Amino acid sequence: MNAPAAVAPAHATKGAIRIQNVDKVYYAREGAVQAVSDCSLDIRAGEICMIVGPSGCGKTTLLNAIAGFHDITGGAIYLDGDMLCGPDKPKAEPGPDRVVVFQNGALFPWKTNLENVAFGPVVQGKLTRAQAEEKARGMMADAGLVGVEHNYPGEVSSGMRRRVEIVRALMNDPKVLLLDEPFRALDSLTKSVMHEALLEIYYKNKVTIFFITHDLEEAIFLGHRVAIMTTRPCKPKKILEVDIPHPRNYSVLTSPRFRSLMEETVNAVHQEAVKAFEAGEKEM
Amino acid sequence: MFTYRFSKWLRSPTPYLMLVGFALFFGAWFLLSEVFKFWRFASLPGPRQLLVEWFNPNPVYGMSLYTPDYYMHVWMSLRRVLYAFAISTCLGVPFGLFLGWSKAFKEFTFPVFETLRPIPVLAWVPLAIVMFKGDETPVIFLTTLASFYATALNTMLGVQSIDPSFPRAAACLGASKWQIFRHIIVPGALPFIFTGLQISIGVAWFSLVAAEMVSGEYGLGYLILASYVNVQYVVIIIGMVSVGIVGYASSALVRLAGDYLMQWRVRELALGSGR
Repeated sequence: MNAPAAVAPAHATKGAIRIQNVDKVYYAREGAVQAVSDCSLDIRAGEICMIVGPSGCGKTTLLNAIAGFHDITGGAIYLDGDMLCGPDKPKAEPGPDRVVVFQNGALFPWKTNLENVAFGPVVQGKLTRAQAEEKARGMMADAGLVGVEHNYPGEVSSGMRRRVEIVRALMNDPKVLLLDEPFRALDSLTKSVMHEALLEIYYKNKVTIFFITHDLEEAIFLGHRVAIMTTRPCKPKKILEVDIPHPRNYSVLTSPRFRSLMEETVNAVHQEAVKAFEAGEKEM
Repeated sequence: MFTYRFSKWLRSPTPYLMLVGFALFFGAWFLLSEVFKFWRFASLPGPRQLLVEWFNPNPVYGMSLYTPDYYMHVWMSLRRVLYAFAISTCLGVPFGLFLGWSKAFKEFTFPVFETLRPIPVLAWVPLAIVMFKGDETPVIFLTTLASFYATALNTMLGVQSIDPSFPRAAACLGASKWQIFRHIIVPGALPFIFTGLQISIGVAWFSLVAAEMVSGEYGLGYLILASYVNVQYVVIIIGMVSVGIVGYASSALVRLAGDYLMQWRVRELALGSGR
């Protein structure tokens, strides 16, 4: 692997992911499917790395391998130099150093927002329930979540739910946040609010973010880098450095630099989308 | 809170529609059996005859709200149902949870379960009498059977209905397998478990009456059968209506318990209905 192309964000000390020649084959009704093939990608400690690709291209397979939900059939994945999964250990163990925020949201509906946020440290036995709830209250307040602590997730707006879920992940002081199209179901106005909220949380918490999306504007607005993936089998086709300085806010959307990056991405992604469409890929 | 909910209920159409439903049912019964004496309904006791006998301090057939024997029948049946419901819940919920949770457990127990399930309660009667001593235990066994199936099956479906993201999210947050079971699987299956429990208590009444017809010297099922033998049709109807009322009340209690344990659903639904 070649060395990272640019210096990692200055604050970063942990959370570098090295994806090395990863393969994933799974067996479906139509036979063996190569979801990921010889995929290599270095994610720098503390960066926001956006993964963009057509539906069903195998992005989520990659995320599931890092999170430890699925095994890989070749290659290896390292987190800060430690092997998560590799030749001897095809499946990583899920753990609080790599927390996933799910596409459709996975706040537990039977726990209040506060109980959800406090869940991690309590089940790990790191904090007592009272301590965890105290910390949760503080973190929720930092993220602008006041007055919804004792509501159930089903009682608050979907944008609010997303924020609670991100705070729940950050409670564990993870090295990496794995976001799987977390804002997909939101309307575009809520989405833009969520983007700024996520950046604000990121500036405070300094965590590596692995973010899957197929919204290009979202990808360029949030990411330090955007990795455009080929359609199945999935591997990086092009890695784009977004040289717009952080902290960013919504005014960059109209800047000429943003527009030119957008153009560059659209062309690369469009070719893959056409390929995926012609191959009749299904959403997975 | 309770008075608020009650007054809200009174202002909604629910109680009035319920009254209309009962009025239509009893009205049709009254007209068919007592006014028009329509066809074979003529030999059926009507609601007026039922009420006269039921509220009679000196009942013609010796069974009314004023006779201690009546309460003995109701109480014996109620006690048997409570035993059966408790046993079937204590066995059926854990069994269903493991069926849904462990593939291996399901593979070796579910086929046996599915083979036993269609066998009607009445077919078990002779075996129950051979297997269990006394009068009470065979009746309770027979009553438990069908309830157990309903509870176990619904609990299993409940576990299977859980969004796979939930256990994954819990694993990400550092929960052990046992913690996932306790914090995700059990509450996640709760809505289906309570559907199962409501079916289960209904089915318990259902099979109790069948079981009591075979053995026992008290109980509403026994009362119905004995009145049939003695050609006291009004008493049969007293028995039937009593089963209906007590059964309705018991499943309403189960529903209330479910609402209490599943506050999150009550509150989500309250939001969704738009008031």
